[in-house]
Amino acid sequence: MQLKGVKRKALKAAFPCTIPIFAGFWFLGMAYGIYMNVSGFGFWYPMLMSITIFGGSLEFVAVEMLLSPFAPVQTFIMALMIQARHLFYGIAMLDKYKGLGWKRFYLIFGMCDESFSINCTAKIPSDVDKGWFMFFVTLLNQLYWVTGSTLGGLLGSLISFNTDGIEFVMTAMFVVIFLEQWLKEKRHYTAMIGFLCSVGCLLVFGADSFLVPTMACILAFLTLFRRPIEKAGGLA
Amino acid sequence: MTINQQIITIGLCALATVLTRSLPFLLFRESRPTPKYIQYLGKALPAAIFAILVVYCLRNVDIAGGSHGLPELIAIASTVVLHLWKRQMLLSIAGGTAVYMLLVQLVF
Repeated sequence: MQLKGVKRKALKAAFPCTIPIFAGFWFLGMAYGIYMNVSGFGFWYPMLMSITIFGGSLEFVAVEMLLSPFAPVQTFIMALMIQARHLFYGIAMLDKYKGLGWKRFYLIFGMCDESFSINCTAKIPSDVDKGWFMFFVTLLNQLYWVTGSTLGGLLGSLISFNTDGIEFVMTAMFVVIFLEQWLKEKRHYTAMIGFLCSVGCLLVFGADSFLVPTMACILAFLTLFRRPIEKAGGLA
Repeated sequence: MTINQQIITIGLCALATVLTRSLPFLLFRESRPTPKYIQYLGKALPAAIFAILVVYCLRNVDIAGGSHGLPELIAIASTVVLHLWKRQMLLSIAGGTAVYMLLVQLVF
């Protein structure tokens, strides 16, 4: 009875944080499902891929992989490169995901960009169980993604509505989270390093392969300037 | 591709994802204290990560051609102004998205 109350409270606190992701994931998930449908795959493909992979950008790329000749090594390397940014999420969440028992395994499995962003920045009220809160954020996000992509796969090209531009909901969410982080810190060295490295690498390496070089640059700068950054303090 | 090759391809994608998500947790066990350098990275990285994610969302914007990234610029500016003014996350996100949709559907 008591556990039920704890869970309900955590779910109530978690749901509002996931509303923008609901909008974004239903739209992007449906777009992905439709894309798979018109590429000749049944709805169970996007459904099962959203359950097992649960990573939007890789799932889109995987459609092309499935349509090309079988190349397991290339597939694996490509997937590792696209997903490499999660290494940073793990490092940032090492301590936050400590001591949560079995929930920890699901939190790590379901740590997509959006779940990470919410769980990393949300101000969880002190009377709400942190473990359950983060668990529900992750679960709700995956639920939105799986239902969206399955619906897209089922309905296919039948859907036509003028939703041009709704994908911007994800950009707007990351802008707001970035801004919140910016307002929270006293010094902006790490935000600036992140921004300059990403833009620099995007210009040099192009849209398809700038993530891994960006991560390497950021790591190098953070390591190089560790002393002044720590000395300046103000890390949120 | 045969059905087995499809299963392997999807399986490898899932494996790569789970590996990148779990590797830090496998390297730095729950029972032992996290090394100081990794703790520092854990604190320093989030701000940098959110910068990457914003740039990542905008990676396909063509500054040289098309609408020159103007709808994105205006919509991001609206999101920021709205957020600084009201400090309501949902409102800022909805407002910025609405501005963007209006711009790409009606103006550009």
